[in-house]
Amino acid sequence: MSKNNKNTATGRSFRISHMTDTNLLLAITIIVFFAMYIGAIVFQGKGFLKPQTFFNILNANAALIVGSCGMSLVMICGGIDISIGGVMALVSMCCAVYLDYQGGNVAVAILIAIGIGLAFGIVQGLLVAYLDIQPFIVSLAGMFFARGMTTIVNTQPFNVKNEAFTALKETRIIVPYMGSVNKKGIYVNAYIEIGVIVALLAVVILFCFLRWTRTGRHFYAIGGNSQSALMLGINVRRTRFTAHLLCGLLAGIGGFVYFLHVGSGSASHASGLEMNAIASSIIGGTLLTGGVGNIIGTFFGVLSLSTIQNIVASAGLDQAWWTGITIAAMLCIFLVIQSIVMARKNRMSR
Amino acid sequence: MSKKAENKEGFFRSLLRQQIFIPLAALLILAVFNLIMDPGFFRINLGPNSAGNMVLSGYLITILDYGSELAILAIGMTLVTAASGGQDISVGAAMAIAGSVVLRVLCGTNSRPDTLQAPIIVAFLISCVAAMLFGAFNGILVAYFKIQPMVATLILFTAGRSIAAWINNNELPIISDPVFGYFGNFIPGIPVPTPFFIAVACMIVIFLVLKFTNLGLYTQAVGINADSSRLNGLNPAFIKFITFVILGLCVAVAGFIKVSRLSSINYSVIAKDIEMDAILAVALGGNALGGGKFNMPASILGAYVIQFLTTTLYKFNVQSDALPAYKAVVVIILVVLSAPSVREYLGRIGKKYAGTRKEAA
Repeated sequence: MSKNNKNTATGRSFRISHMTDTNLLLAITIIVFFAMYIGAIVFQGKGFLKPQTFFNILNANAALIVGSCGMSLVMICGGIDISIGGVMALVSMCCAVYLDYQGGNVAVAILIAIGIGLAFGIVQGLLVAYLDIQPFIVSLAGMFFARGMTTIVNTQPFNVKNEAFTALKETRIIVPYMGSVNKKGIYVNAYIEIGVIVALLAVVILFCFLRWTRTGRHFYAIGGNSQSALMLGINVRRTRFTAHLLCGLLAGIGGFVYFLHVGSGSASHASGLEMNAIASSIIGGTLLTGGVGNIIGTFFGVLSLSTIQNIVASAGLDQAWWTGITIAAMLCIFLVIQSIVMARKNRMSR
Repeated sequence: MSKKAENKEGFFRSLLRQQIFIPLAALLILAVFNLIMDPGFFRINLGPNSAGNMVLSGYLITILDYGSELAILAIGMTLVTAASGGQDISVGAAMAIAGSVVLRVLCGTNSRPDTLQAPIIVAFLISCVAAMLFGAFNGILVAYFKIQPMVATLILFTAGRSIAAWINNNELPIISDPVFGYFGNFIPGIPVPTPFFIAVACMIVIFLVLKFTNLGLYTQAVGINADSSRLNGLNPAFIKFITFVILGLCVAVAGFIKVSRLSSINYSVIAKDIEMDAILAVALGGNALGGGKFNMPASILGAYVIQFLTTTLYKFNVQSDALPAYKAVVVIILVVLSAPSVREYLGRIGKKYAGTRKEAA
């Protein structure tokens, strides 16, 4: 405590340099998100004041949240996985084909989703961890493979008409006390979809995993410096493999969540999702170089990203290209901020 | 007898050690495969095309024709890979931008002009400048902000096609002047496709540059160890930056050929997935994807081998959307074979095999 006081006395910059990297970047993210949401309320008017607007953001981005969590895990380990969008497309297509043509039950479809995700995770993890191939190359190949396979499974996009699945898809979970009165004066309950529950569960479980389990702590150690992690007796290869395995698994689960939201199979599903996931993780304070990151930050990263997309859409700039440009600009700004913040911090602590 | 055998083995060994062996072997495998499946693959015809010119046609000519853009991109990609240890995945999007700029300058304000609004060379030069600026943007992020190349270029990868559409107000301009089409198709009276000549010109330029400047040496030095090259008086950041600008130039040339082929542009389809092919060309050329030493002829040959593969797949009626799956398998096989631990293992097996042979002799 006394040490803390001394630092506050010497000035603000020292206080920043004593914050851990994770907390500093997390703080930036949360502040940015609230600033953006308040800005949206002020400039875009009432739409953003309704709780349902917020819940809709969650509903539409549940799959992205799950995928981003996996991405963050890999990035904390110092790797990257850009195959998750492709895996999600493949999962949704395979599940759609299975449910529609075979008329099977939903439980098997979930197993298919998890199986595909695990398969990608295992293969990519083996290649990255045990053969020392660059994760970017491996997952780039994984992405193209998944996209190609999706068209091989079925070329045409189609909707699923399975009854059990539709019932699950239509399930709404009502959030108490958050409803609003619509234009006709009728009270409408606010709701979230099942996917959101899955996403929130993923966030909570992974947060606990990273914070309180041995393997979770190893992730940070390896991302920070794999050499010294090795000398501390951590099994670097196995931990790296675990990270890619979990990322693949989450991509599979995310794929099913995505499928549950859209209810159709198509080769163009989840296109560019890996990009959004990377952007969310970076905005959420995960460092590309590894060793720093927080799942809660990633969660807020997704929210910030989708909020700005909503703002862009409601500002009337609805042409498709604006979304791409805004995300890219935001990613660019955050990358540069990270680079500058970390450089300053290194200089200060030296 | 034994000496002769040794010599033979020595020659084979030295060929194996040559970097260019990898793309050559791949080319040989593909050629033999095609020969067995259908010898007609190698037929070349001379006949009038739709414009009435006498031109060569056939699968081999298609490979030379469409492999050109890839070969040009491979030149820049090899340099970027060598210097920065990462790849630029925005080349496809940047080609869309370069092509869009060319059309914008040629069309002026009208999207269906009867006459060109500017000389073609001016449009080309402006697109070169634009593409080099985008290359410089990537270069600054990589070299000065120290962001991993693939993530830094991910920005342009996402935004590029949107920017390309925005440059032309999302219109689809069409150029009716036949002269513009010469660069991507055939010049009347010459039966060989023009892109091939452009690619050869680029190869000669890069050959001269590597021969008479220190660019090659410096990029390799930076790629092998940036810190020690800095201590030797090089400026690693600037070298990395300059390789990205050179790649920008390559992208502009390739983009120009691409729009010239159709005299039009489709923002979401033009040069789609070409970044994968360009990276694959570098990998197939046997260059380390982690940076360092490079072999330019091997990369260029690699680019044509990739096009050979693509054309072969098309011939067997593989859908264009499904192509990436096959190529991904090729990439995985390549990177697994070139992984250090696998190489060591193979080397050990090879040695054991040689040892048993020697004992038998």
